[in-house]
Amino acid sequence: MANTIHIPTPLRPFTDKQESVEVSGNTVGELLADLTKRHEGLKRHLYAEDGRLRNFVNVYLNDEDIRYLQREQTPVKAGDSLSIVPSVAGGLR
Amino acid sequence: MKLSLQAGVGAAIRNHGVEAYPDECCGAMIGRDGIVTRTYALPNATEEGPRRRFRIRPQDYREAERQATESGADLVGFYHSHPDHPARPSQYDLDHAWPVFSYVIVSVREGVAEDMTSWRLREDRSVFDEENLEEHVN
Repeated sequence: MANTIHIPTPLRPFTDKQESVEVSGNTVGELLADLTKRHEGLKRHLYAEDGRLRNFVNVYLNDEDIRYLQREQTPVKAGDSLSIVPSVAGGLR
Repeated sequence: MKLSLQAGVGAAIRNHGVEAYPDECCGAMIGRDGIVTRTYALPNATEEGPRRRFRIRPQDYREAERQATESGADLVGFYHSHPDHPARPSQYDLDHAWPVFSYVIVSVREGVAEDMTSWRLREDRSVFDEENLEEHVN
C-alpha cells in the first residue's frame, strides 16, 4: 500500500532532497518506520532517545494532527498522505 | 558557514525585536543558498511566557514554507529576539533546533537592539555552531 510523506525543508538533506517520499504500512507508526528505514539520518531528528516522537515534531494525517487521532497507532488507507511539520521554538532558558 | 542578509533584512529583524520588547519576537527568513532576501514576521504563540520563550505554530510554519516555495526560494531559517539577554542560543534553543536552518538571534536591551548572531545545529545535535553573519547595507 503506497502512501506519501511530505518532508519539511530542514529534513530534505536526509531524503536526497526529496520533498515527499513514498512509503508503505498500515498505521502512521509503520509509515514513519518505513521512512526512517529508507532514510536513516532522519531518525535522530524525529525521535528522542527513548524512541518516542520528539514533541516538537508534528505529524498530520491528511491535515489532521495525529495527536487528536490515535497517534502512531492511527490506521492509514491507500492514498492517505502524511506531513511532518516542525514546531519551531526557543527562548532564553 | 556564512549567512548573508540582503539590505533591509537586518533592520527588519531588529525593528521586530524592538517592537515586541519586552517579549520575544519571531519570524521566518526566506532566500536561497545562504542569502536571506526577506523576512516574514510570525506571531509568538508560546504559552510559557513570551518574555522568555517563542513558539511558531505549525500552520504558520507551513504558510512560511509555502510562501518561500511559491516565490521560487527556500526557507532559510528563523530569527528570534532575546530581550535583555545576550544573542547566544540557550539549551532550550538547542533542544528545539532543526538541522540545516540558520537561527538568527538579536539581543534587545532595554528596548534597544544590540548584537545579532546566527547559528546552525551541528549534525549530531550536540551543539550550535556560530556562522559568520554578513549584512549588506544596500
